[in-house]
Amino acid sequence: MTQDTIQNATTTVKPVAERYVQLENVNMTFVTKKGTFEALRNVDFSIQEGEFISIIGHSGCGKSTVLNLIAGLLNPTDGNIFCAGREVAGPGPERAVVFQNHSLLPWLSCFENVYLAVERVFGATEKKEALTARTKAVLELVGLTHAMDKRPNEISGGMKQRVGIARALAMEPKVLLLDEPFGALDALTRAHLQDELMGIMAKSGCTAVMVTHDVDEAVLLSDRIVMMTNGPAATVGEILSVDLARPRKRLELAEDRDYNHLRSEVLKFLYERHAKKAA
Amino acid sequence: MTTILLNQESVATLMQADDTKPESVVPTSPKTEIKSPVPTTPKKPGLLAVKSREFFQWIIPPMFGIGLLLVVWTVIAHQSPNLPGPVSTWHSAVQLFSHPFYDNGPNDKGIGWNIVASLERVGLGFGLAALVGIPMGFILGRFEFMSRMAAPIIGLLRPVSPLAWLPIGLLVFKMANPAAIWVIFISAIWPMIINTAVGVSKVPQDYMNVAKVLNLSEWKIVTKILFPFVLPYMMTGVRLSIGVAWLVIVAAEMLTGGVGIGFWVWDEWNNLNVEHIIIAIFVVGIVGFMLEFLLLSIAKRFSYE
Repeated sequence: MTQDTIQNATTTVKPVAERYVQLENVNMTFVTKKGTFEALRNVDFSIQEGEFISIIGHSGCGKSTVLNLIAGLLNPTDGNIFCAGREVAGPGPERAVVFQNHSLLPWLSCFENVYLAVERVFGATEKKEALTARTKAVLELVGLTHAMDKRPNEISGGMKQRVGIARALAMEPKVLLLDEPFGALDALTRAHLQDELMGIMAKSGCTAVMVTHDVDEAVLLSDRIVMMTNGPAATVGEILSVDLARPRKRLELAEDRDYNHLRSEVLKFLYERHAKKAA
Repeated sequence: MTTILLNQESVATLMQADDTKPESVVPTSPKTEIKSPVPTTPKKPGLLAVKSREFFQWIIPPMFGIGLLLVVWTVIAHQSPNLPGPVSTWHSAVQLFSHPFYDNGPNDKGIGWNIVASLERVGLGFGLAALVGIPMGFILGRFEFMSRMAAPIIGLLRPVSPLAWLPIGLLVFKMANPAAIWVIFISAIWPMIINTAVGVSKVPQDYMNVAKVLNLSEWKIVTKILFPFVLPYMMTGVRLSIGVAWLVIVAAEMLTGGVGIGFWVWDEWNNLNVEHIIIAIFVVGIVGFMLEFLLLSIAKRFSYE
């Protein structure tokens, strides 16, 4: 097992594939009515192509801010963000987001919700039948063919989040951004969807960044875990490589020594070195 | 068994009593509907008993309310000899509604024509207000700058009494009918602008983030996100607007003349036909109620919940 915790990503020049997504000395300061709030200071790390990265930290540490910066929903106060060799200038479908609360449009059916994204990305080059086929294929991938014509309020929370994932995957993004995708689900549904997500990611080979506060989820899904210090002025504390063989099986890993060691590494970071004071 | 029969009897007596009321002179009045749910086949006494009890619980309070109104009206009519009571108003209404659509020249038309003329004006003024007000609400809700620009104008013009706009309308259009429509337009437009704008500004950031990530065009944002979300707010504005429009039409027509329920009231006042004025009050009330009911059912159909 190679368990190397790096204090900050090295700044030596690497090929593009090794820094597919790159954050360079990113600072983020919010201007609010009560004054300025420094959320992030000197966030600096890069993500390889095809890698699955988790960002973990206590609530309020700005991990969602990092994700929104990569998505382009926020602009950094200082520093640069690159994706596939180009500077991130705003949101775009090549960086699809799975939102925490699924954010499906309640007046559209599951099919229509996904179709909206498909039409936007491929509408200019493909015919209607091809767009429909794409939508159906991605809904089948997340196992929702039977609920295609239902509206979001007619299906369960787990199914809604699957539609959210389907919508993001349908755009064939370069980077998939997941903002606490399973945070609102019960433990059993969450485990089920984690397994499914692992399967989907293995098939698509897409680069992914996931924000989470669930240690098991981070270790199970990730290639590397970015652990963030507490805010304000949060930054990357440590980056932990998870060198567990894939495909990973939840039950086998439960007994695995390496898995449990990695798990305790994250726990030690969160509860010893960077424990959050009781609110 | 006997109690049920008794209940049926009392339903019949209630219905007879209802027939003597002036409200039921309009054939579309909701009061006439009570005839249909009266149970007539006493085959299943248990179910029947439950049904008739439910029916009475539903019908008795409104009946008491209408009864109280009639009693108060009768008492006041007794005190003041010029005010006709319910019975004489009823007889007058029966006569009036036996020929609702006669036409004896421009100043003597049936009550039906007058109602139609008023509805036409309200429809036009309200329709134009919706045509202008709803898109304007979208623009104000969507763009902060426009909203702040419009705030002083709306703040200043909205509290103005509708009839204060009538002279301006007469001046500009030089005719009574467009001036009345103008008054309806200007008084009905505000609730639609304001409610639509509030709806647009309340669109959850989550939905807008989806739009941003998908890079949706402004047209798609409006049709797929804003419009469906805003629709319930918009319908509230529309309902408030039609209420205001119907309130204002009577006053506007009193001043402009011609054909219309408001002018008719004024004409009957000049003829000192007080029964007709009271009938007009009921007609205005019932038509207003029906407009509201119509829009409520439309709003329910379009709700996505």
